[in-house]
Amino acid sequence: MKNSKLTSPEKLARLKGKLLKQRQKQRPIITVCAGTACVACGCVPLTAAFREALKENGLEDKIEIRTTGCHGFCERGPLVVLQPEGIFYQQVKPADAKSIIEQTIQNGELVEKLLYRDPQTKQVLTHEKDIPFYSKQMRLIFGMNGHMDPTSIHDYIALGGYAALARSFLEMQPEDIIEEVKKSGLRGRGGGGFLTGKKWATCRKAPGEPKYIICNADEGDPGAFMDRSLLEGNPHAVVEGMIIGAYAIGSHDGYVYVRHEYPLAVKNLNIAIEAAREFGLLGENIFSSGFDFDIKVSRGGGAFVCGESTALMASLEGKIGEPRAKYIHTVTSGLWGKPSTLNNVETWANVPMIIEKGADEYAKVGTEGSKGTKVFALTGKVNNTGLVEVPMGMTLREIVFDIGGGIIENRPFKAVQTGGPSGGCLPESALDMPVDFDTLTEIGSMMGSGGLIVMDNLTCMVDLAKYFIHFLQEESCGKCTPCREGLRQLHHMLEKVTRGEGGVEILDDIERLCMVMENASLCALGSSAPNPVMSTLKYFRNEYLAHLEEQRCPAGVCKDLITYSVIEENCTGCVVCKRACPVDAIEGEKKEVHKINSDICTRCGICLAVCKFDAIFVE
Amino acid sequence: MQLSIDGKSVTAQTGEYILQVAQRNGIEIPALCHHPAVEPSGACRLCMVEITHADWGGWKGLVTACLYPVQEGLIVSTANEKVRKVRAGVLDLLLARCPESELIQNLSRQYGIEKTSFIPRPEPDLCILCGLCVRICEKIGASAISTIGRGIDKIVSVPYETEENYACIGCLACATICPTGEITFTQDEQTRSIWGRNFELVYCEDCGIAIGTPEQLKHYSERSGLDMSYFTKCDRCRNREAAARFARITF
Ligand SMILES: Cc1cc2nc3c(=O)[nH]c(=O)nc-3n(C[C@H](O)[C@H](O)[C@H](O)COP(=O)(O)O)c2cc1C
Ligand code: SF4
Ligand code: SF4
Ligand code: SF4
Ligand code: SF4
Ligand code: FES
Ligand code: FES
Repeated sequence: MKNSKLTSPEKLARLKGKLLKQRQKQRPIITVCAGTACVACGCVPLTAAFREALKENGLEDKIEIRTTGCHGFCERGPLVVLQPEGIFYQQVKPADAKSIIEQTIQNGELVEKLLYRDPQTKQVLTHEKDIPFYSKQMRLIFGMNGHMDPTSIHDYIALGGYAALARSFLEMQPEDIIEEVKKSGLRGRGGGGFLTGKKWATCRKAPGEPKYIICNADEGDPGAFMDRSLLEGNPHAVVEGMIIGAYAIGSHDGYVYVRHEYPLAVKNLNIAIEAAREFGLLGENIFSSGFDFDIKVSRGGGAFVCGESTALMASLEGKIGEPRAKYIHTVTSGLWGKPSTLNNVETWANVPMIIEKGADEYAKVGTEGSKGTKVFALTGKVNNTGLVEVPMGMTLREIVFDIGGGIIENRPFKAVQTGGPSGGCLPESALDMPVDFDTLTEIGSMMGSGGLIVMDNLTCMVDLAKYFIHFLQEESCGKCTPCREGLRQLHHMLEKVTRGEGGVEILDDIERLCMVMENASLCALGSSAPNPVMSTLKYFRNEYLAHLEEQRCPAGVCKDLITYSVIEENCTGCVVCKRACPVDAIEGEKKEVHKINSDICTRCGICLAVCKFDAIFVE
Repeated sequence: MQLSIDGKSVTAQTGEYILQVAQRNGIEIPALCHHPAVEPSGACRLCMVEITHADWGGWKGLVTACLYPVQEGLIVSTANEKVRKVRAGVLDLLLARCPESELIQNLSRQYGIEKTSFIPRPEPDLCILCGLCVRICEKIGASAISTIGRGIDKIVSVPYETEENYACIGCLACATICPTGEITFTQDEQTRSIWGRNFELVYCEDCGIAIGTPEQLKHYSERSGLDMSYFTKCDRCRNREAAARFARITF
């Protein structure tokens, strides 16, 4: 493409008009999800199979294939959506490509076996929009993902992309933009929930040049992948947000700090940045305004703590990724001691929408203190797992039961953990609480970056707390005493509880240690690390007491406190468990009741899993 | 500017930290990772104090005195119950890390701790990971040691422990600054050994005492711009010579 530079907002509008006109004439589209999860499930050979099948049927010029970013329902991948109707096919294999083309595209018949069946109602659903997982969501940020090829700037522009940037340059002064972002009530999506507009205003006013703009795409929470999916599926939204932010703050240098393990995100982001440069949206003299801004991509240091603002900046400077005290804020003295604005991927992606719709319209969604939508990574014991975007203020119950489709095998709900490894565990009584920054903090958890892990009655809350503390212990940078030494001791103490040792007094010791860690740790990793312990102690104290007073693990998880035995009435003597036991702890002749020798048994649970007659009992 | 520490009104300059001002006014705050020769880092978390301000609507919080910049009207409590509790907790943890460190034992005793309530580290050494050695070595310009690993596995080490990366000049600054005596060195007539390496020694031309390692003196010469010939005598002999020269000029 020769001289594709969009030297003015008018040129952008003209290009958009041209693209749209082209698209109206356009033929049906087969969208194939090409996010990381769907790639792992085989969408690449699937796309090839579609191309092959189109060619065989002479349809290459009539039907378009579009590979998109993540649709959020990765569990069902590879996903194929036929547009414009929105016919939704799931778990599509390369061998299905032919039948989709021949039956659906050519004859208008559905391929039944690829349609989604609601696990609860058993109803078969044809259209994406009717699937409860999607229909209850509000996909303002993520919605675009399914409609465009993330490597095509044309797709983004056709869908209205960079219009917000044009509006910023054409109609607004930097101060107006900051005012608008302030008015929108946007709060940082990376964890702390800090008011974005306020941060920008402080950075703009801070003395010192140059100023830096940074996008935090380190995403170290295990199980969270919203930032990855956004960068992979809609990188231009993040780039556009950053350019608007840079113009508002007065920065000419931007960085995106991407987690090391995100190759596709880095690739798509680099393609987007390159295209934006080619179109004159990055680089010198953007829209002939005299304003320069460019973005560099930097690969993360590979540690959870590198997502913390000061550690991230140290890492960007080429130093060890360790946090430092923030008594002087990074907006005043951040990267290389200069005023720096760090925002999360999702925060940046909200910016174009705020400018485009206007703050008032944007702020119609959400609660008093938390505006807009939030993307969550819903995982654990729910029927539907994946990325879900909901308006702030939706209740946990709606997310877990309506969108998540309830608990697997209809088991009882026990808890939901929000906020990542250092978030809190909330009980059933919290299910009707609205999900927003303030409510979650009030009830002893946090928004964090948006992890939501659902647990059923088979989860032991002590064991769970121990799991998170172990994760954090491994991820602590080790710089300061309370976090480094405290996590090690906390883990020891929780281990004791899971063995039924320590007496009730150990709970006081745990609480005292948590108090020290909360108050004395250098960064938020250490000071928030007690959350999983304190919240389970608050809401599930009885479970701790059962371990300590009765040497009993109510969920049947803690190996030192459980025994496996055979329920004589149910045992048919089928020998399956005996064969499966890896340590030969089961005795019994064929067709006779079996017996487990608990001295040999290692509590591996295999017999429980293989017995077809519910004859294995754990207590 | 004026601020209040434990009810006492004290004067401070912009850019100072609470710890400096407290020390100057004879108010003692325990501080393990702080040393005036290097930048503060806030690693040990022992110097916690509580701060508040008339304008903060009752908000108060704990901060590290070694890193918190003073401000007009700041109200600091260095020894209230909350502060003592948190410090005791930090010391208890340090004692579990380094049960054999006399420094930690003595400090802990001041907070009523004779024995750690936690599980002591198996095979403990004396390193509390204050990071002073790393910072002083960096300041000297050698940057020969750093912390490696993270979390509980973090240790201070010569990078990768290979010969090529060996930047240590044998100046002993790290051993001198180490508050617990973890860094040891040996020196006899011919050699000085530190960090697993032997250094030759250079002796004073006049009195013959050892004045340093050749690497150390070369480094000083390069950094200061002074000729190597400056580093042929010990400080004492050099001073004596200067005094004699001075005496000749004045009389
Ligand atoms: C241990 C730790 C890890 C963090 N990891 C991330 C991360 O992966 N991504 C992120 O955006 N913020 C992370 N944060 C929060 C950042 O420090 C910072 O608050 C955030 O990036 C600011 O952007 P926001 O205002 O848009 O949320 C982390 C914080 C801590 C304490
Ligand atoms: S709180 Fe933990 S992660 Fe943060 S600086 Fe201290 S040791 Fe490092
Ligand atoms: S729990 Fe595992 S080890 Fe124990 S009896 Fe069953 S299969 Fe064997
Ligand atoms: S002796 Fe070596 S490691 Fe120690 S401060 Fe001197 S140069 Fe650094
Ligand atoms: S070796 Fe000494 S100076 Fe260095 S970190 Fe350990 S205790 Fe501190
Ligand atoms: S990667 Fe395809 S739906 Fe998430
Ligand atoms: S002296 Fe302040 S944290 Fe160590």
